[in-house]
Amino acid sequence: MTSSLVLSATTFVYGASAFFYIAAWVFHQNALGRLAFWTGVAGVLGNVAGFGLRWAETYQMGVGHAPLSNLYESLVFFSLAIATLYLIVEKKYGHRSIGAFAMPLAFLAMAYASLSPNISDRIQPLLPALKSNWLIAHVVTCFIGYAAFAVAFGLSLMFLAKRNPDAPGLFGSRIPDERVLDELTHQMVMLGFLFLTAGIITGAVWANSAWGRYWGWDPKETWSLITWFIYATLLHARLMRGWRGRRAAIFSIVGFGAVLFTYFGVNLLPGLHSYGSM
Amino acid sequence: MTQTAKSESLVAPAWRFLASIRLTVALLLLLAATSILGTLIPQGGAPSEYIGRYGETIFRLLYAFDLYDMYHSWWFRGLILLLTGNIVVCTLKRFPSVWKIVFSGKTAPTSVKPGKVEPVAFEDARDPEALQSEYEAYIRKRFRRVETESMENGFRIVAERGRWTRLGVSGVHLSIVILLAGALVGSLFGFDGYVNIAEGESIDRVRLRNDNTVMPLGFEVRCEDFNVSFYDSGAPKEYRSRLQILENGKIVVEKDIIVNDPLRYKGVNFFQSSYGSLPARELTLNLTNRDSGEAVRVNAALGRRVEIPGTDLRFYFRQIENRYRLRGMDVGETVLGVLETPTGETTEVILPVRFPSYDKMRKGEWIVSVADHEHRYYTGLQTTRDPGVPLVYAGFILLIAGCWVAFFMAHQKVAVEVTRSARGCAVRVYGSSNRHPVGFETFLKKIAAGLARQKGGAHD
Repeated sequence: MTSSLVLSATTFVYGASAFFYIAAWVFHQNALGRLAFWTGVAGVLGNVAGFGLRWAETYQMGVGHAPLSNLYESLVFFSLAIATLYLIVEKKYGHRSIGAFAMPLAFLAMAYASLSPNISDRIQPLLPALKSNWLIAHVVTCFIGYAAFAVAFGLSLMFLAKRNPDAPGLFGSRIPDERVLDELTHQMVMLGFLFLTAGIITGAVWANSAWGRYWGWDPKETWSLITWFIYATLLHARLMRGWRGRRAAIFSIVGFGAVLFTYFGVNLLPGLHSYGSM
Repeated sequence: MTQTAKSESLVAPAWRFLASIRLTVALLLLLAATSILGTLIPQGGAPSEYIGRYGETIFRLLYAFDLYDMYHSWWFRGLILLLTGNIVVCTLKRFPSVWKIVFSGKTAPTSVKPGKVEPVAFEDARDPEALQSEYEAYIRKRFRRVETESMENGFRIVAERGRWTRLGVSGVHLSIVILLAGALVGSLFGFDGYVNIAEGESIDRVRLRNDNTVMPLGFEVRCEDFNVSFYDSGAPKEYRSRLQILENGKIVVEKDIIVNDPLRYKGVNFFQSSYGSLPARELTLNLTNRDSGEAVRVNAALGRRVEIPGTDLRFYFRQIENRYRLRGMDVGETVLGVLETPTGETTEVILPVRFPSYDKMRKGEWIVSVADHEHRYYTGLQTTRDPGVPLVYAGFILLIAGCWVAFFMAHQKVAVEVTRSARGCAVRVYGSSNRHPVGFETFLKKIAAGLARQKGGAHD
C-alpha cells in the first residue's frame, strides 16, 4: 500500500524535524530552527498525504471508510494533530525551543505506528458497531484533545527543566520564561479539556445510538472520565487556588499519563473499545 | 427562636463546607481515584468469581463496599451528590456578583485600570482634539461599549467587551447539574431490558436487566426477518433485523434496524445487539439406495412422520441439535430421526448436517443425509426507555458551549488616554482582562499600533 510507505517516510521526516529542533535549541542556531520548522511542515504535508491516500485506498478496496478505525490509523492521526498543533503554536507565539519537546512526540507516535511489529497497517473493513457518522467526530475530537495534552506535557517538561537548578544555565536561558510557559501550558490544557469533553460527549451520543445507553462505565469511558477529572482538578486549582508553575506542570504531566493509559493501557482491560487495540 | 438559631448554626457550616473549592478539588480527585478501582476490579460478576480470584477475606471487603458494582454504590453516588451540591452552592455564591458585572450598565471610566499587563505608550505630533473622533471610530469598531470622557489635558476613551462571557463558567456548572439531573430522570423513569425474537414471531414484553422482571410494552414487536452478512475475512459486516410494530394486530411501523440505527416507538428504543440461530423445523432429506444408486428427496417436518416415495419406509423427524457430540467430538448441527418399516421395525438414524456420508456406516438399504434445512434466526434486541436523554443532551450542548466561552473568550476593558505634551500628545493604552494575560498583551499592542496608524481620516 502506497499510504503505508508515505507514512513510513513521514516518520523519518518528523524524526529529522525533531532532531533539528533539539539541535537548534542546544546549539542556539536560528538557521537550524527555521530548517526544523520547514521540515516539520513537510512532515505534516506527508502525514496529510498518507492519511488522504489511505482514505482513497479504502474505497479502492471497496470498504470505503475514514482511516480512523484502528490503532495504526489513530496513531497516524494523533501525530498529525500533535505536529499541526505545535506548528500553529510556534507560528502564533514564536517560541521555537518548544519544538525540541513537542516534535519528538509527533515522531514517537508515528514511529510507533510504522515500526512496531504489533501494529497492523492493513486496511480492515469496518465492524458493524463502527459504521456510524459519529466515528469521525468522535475520533477527531478525542485526538485533537490528546494532542493538546501532549503539547501541554512537553511544555510542562520544559518548565521543570527550566526550574531545575541542576540544569545547565545555557539550556535554561533558551527556554521561554516561566510566565509564558505557564500560560501556554494553561492554554493547551484548556484546549485539550474542551476537545476531551467534546470527545466524551460525541462518544456518549454514539453509544446511545448504537447500544442504547450514553454511559456504561466501560473501562475506556471510565478512563476518559478519570482523565477529565484530573484536568478539571488542575483547572479549578489553578483558577481558584492559584496553582501555577511547578505544581501545575506536575499535574499536567500526571494528566498526560492518564491520557496515555486511556489510549493504550485500557486495551489491557476488557471492554467495548477492543477494536482500538487491533 | 432557638429552633431557627439552631438550624442556622447547622446551615452556615454546611454552606461553607459546600462552597469550598478545596472540597471541589478533593471530590474530583476522589472520583478519579475510586473510578480507577472500578476499572481494575471486574464489575458485575458473580460472587463465586470474586472468591475464586481474590479469596474470601477480600471478597467480604469488596462486598461490604459494593466494589463489584461500585459505580452504583451508595458511596459513589454520594460523592456525585456532594459534587452536585458543591457546584450548586459555589454557583449560587458567585452568581450575584457575576450578574452585577454583566448587567451593570455603562462602563465607568474609573473602573478601567491598568491590570497586570504593561501599558503601551506612543506619541503623536497632532493635538488631542484632532485625534478624538478617529480614535473613537477605531475603538467603536472593536468594542460594543465605548464611553469618552474629557480630561484636563485631553480625553480618555474607555471600552469594554465580552462582559457576558463571565457567564461561561456558570454555564458549564449548570450543564453538569442538568446532565446529572437527566441521568437521575433516566434511572427513575426509564428502563433497560432485552428481548429475543425468533424470525416470524412477535413479543409484547421484555425482560429488565437489573432485576430480571418482565415488563409489558403495551404493543407488539414482530421480527419479520433477520440477516447477518460477513466480509470475505469472516468478520461480521452487518446485522439487520426487519421489525414491525403492531397495535391491536395492525402493523403501524415497519423498519430495518442495524447496529447504529435503532427503531424508536413511543419512547421505547430497540437496538440490534445480538443474534442466534434457532433449531430448524423443516428439512429436506436425501435418500440413496445402496445397491441401485437410486436417489429420492423428501421434505420432513419436526415431530411428523413422512412417507418416503418409491419405498415402503417412513421417516420420523424427532429433533435437531445444534452441537451434537459423536464419540466425544462436536459434529455441529445434527438431525435425529427414526426410520420405520411397514412391519413396525424402527431404526434410529443420526444425521450430522456437515457429514452427509455418515449414515453409510449404518449399512442400511437406504443411505440418508440432510440435503437442506430451514435456517431460522432469532434477533437479540437491547430495549430501553430513557426519558432523561433530552436533558442529558441539553447538558452536553451547554457544556461544550460553556467550555468554549469560559476558556477562549474574555471580559476585556481597555482605556485609551490622550494627553497634551510638548511634542503634540502622549497616548497611553492600558486595560485589563479577566483571562489570558499573554494574549491580552498582544491585543493591547495591536490596538496601540492600529491607533498609531490613524493619520487624519485614513481609516483602516
